[in-house]
Amino acid sequence: MLRIRNLKCYYGKIRAINGVSLSVRTGEIIALIGANGAGKSTLLLTISGLLQDWEGEILFQRESLRGLKAPAMVERGISLVPEGRLLFPPMSVLDNLKLGAYRRSLRREHAAVEQDLEEVLNLFPILRERARQQAGTLSGGEQQMLAIGRALMARPRLLLLDEPSMGLAPFLVRLILDVLVQLKGQGMTLLLVEQNARAALQIADRGYVLENGKVVLEGNGCDLLADQDVKRAYLGKDYREFCEGRS
Amino acid sequence: MRQFTFAAAILALGLTVSQSYHLQLLTFIGIHTLLALGLNMLMGYAGQISLGHAAFYGLGAYGTGILTVHWGFSPWAGLPLTLALTFVVAFLVALPMLKLSGYYLGMGTLGFGMIAFVVFREWSSLTGGDSGLVGIPALDVGGVSLSSGKAGYFLVWACVLLAFFACERVVDSRVGRALRAIHDSERAAAAMGIDTSRLKVWVFVFSALLASLAGFLYAHLVTFISPNSFDFLVSVRIVTMVVIGGMASIWGSLLGAAVLTILPEWLHVFTDYEMVVYGLILMTIMIFLPQGLTRGILDIHERSKRKDTAASSAPRS
Repeated sequence: MLRIRNLKCYYGKIRAINGVSLSVRTGEIIALIGANGAGKSTLLLTISGLLQDWEGEILFQRESLRGLKAPAMVERGISLVPEGRLLFPPMSVLDNLKLGAYRRSLRREHAAVEQDLEEVLNLFPILRERARQQAGTLSGGEQQMLAIGRALMARPRLLLLDEPSMGLAPFLVRLILDVLVQLKGQGMTLLLVEQNARAALQIADRGYVLENGKVVLEGNGCDLLADQDVKRAYLGKDYREFCEGRS
Repeated sequence: MRQFTFAAAILALGLTVSQSYHLQLLTFIGIHTLLALGLNMLMGYAGQISLGHAAFYGLGAYGTGILTVHWGFSPWAGLPLTLALTFVVAFLVALPMLKLSGYYLGMGTLGFGMIAFVVFREWSSLTGGDSGLVGIPALDVGGVSLSSGKAGYFLVWACVLLAFFACERVVDSRVGRALRAIHDSERAAAAMGIDTSRLKVWVFVFSALLASLAGFLYAHLVTFISPNSFDFLVSVRIVTMVVIGGMASIWGSLLGAAVLTILPEWLHVFTDYEMVVYGLILMTIMIFLPQGLTRGILDIHERSKRKDTAASSAPRS
């Protein structure tokens, strides 16, 4: 579905990503892990069209994404759940969700949008209760649900998630991860950026470890969880037992 | 229903007020409401500051003034041409300008406003320079003048009513949501698939067109225009109307325009201290109602309602 070759991204003169290559197959959950400043969020911003200064090749369903901006990416089925959620705080939960379907409402898919709104509200029932409430008044977990729900309203083929577990209590992280697994079960493809490597690799089919703008390690989720370097750097605990139990 | 009540209030006011001074005051409130409405769409909803809005007000006034005085157009024929000119200028200004944001956009629009002011003042062969442009014809339909008294009032407020409906429709639509999204976070709005650049240009042009319409009406009501009516201070006054009335509030535009039109008239009694009192009132409003009059009044109303409810549900001893 997504193939990236030798990607280099720039913030002015600073090169934030230095030759990353990776691939995402349809229906997979791919985890990108790494420390602060490794280039994980930059990679998502680039794929979602919010960062334009890049070299290399990004192919989405065999089409090059060069020169395309964010609206064109949404149109092609790439949706981003941004770092820090970036909700629209003064607007109601419903208005936030409707904004997620902005491109579709331009195409006048009103009936389908209403149906998807119902599905999102079923996926996160708390949002139904809070429908008229201002997004800024929601708790952290509810805000994250809203951010994911808003991205789902675009009916994406590829969902990009930037640190969805950030600042959440462990039970909420579990809840969010369960939802992501549920989405994968519905055939969605997910590219998940996380500092919480443990949580991300637990649900990922494959993962990439980024350091200083480069992929330094890749493999399936369980192998990475068991990798000594990954454990030392990001986990600090042996997860082989967990993986054996999972398989 | 709300629109109907508003239209009925305009009609009732027009029919009952007979003093020409009061009618003139109400007419100017209407013109200022058009200016504030446009800027509120740009600044209050989309979050793009403009410190040069008087330029488009002046463009509307000078556009129609020059067409009618120098080139013999009738005002009604001049209106679409004036609006078309404003459209082109606003579009060309918006394209580079709206790449800026925050203070830089403020500075950019301020610069544009100053350039427009210099053109109004210095291109004296067309604009009359500092002496102004005289002899602008009054608006009429079939020989009946629309530029004075009740006719002027109804003409201006009919335009305000139309502008109100248009703005309300925009605000309640997906475009309105998108504008507010741009205000909150341009990056998040873009991530939703909103073409932020295009929408910002669109709302800038829309806002400029309302200012130009206000300028057109002003020129034909007053029949004389001079550059001072479109200088930097006028731009600041329009911004103040929006802020005092309430950002991102259609009704706030009306309230802000009314307060800033009426206050200077009432404060004449303070003679030398008029501006001091005017400033103090504006400061007081901003300190105690920082979200503007509309939100502030609604908050006070809601608080008193809650108090009443609490008092009535409290057990009696």
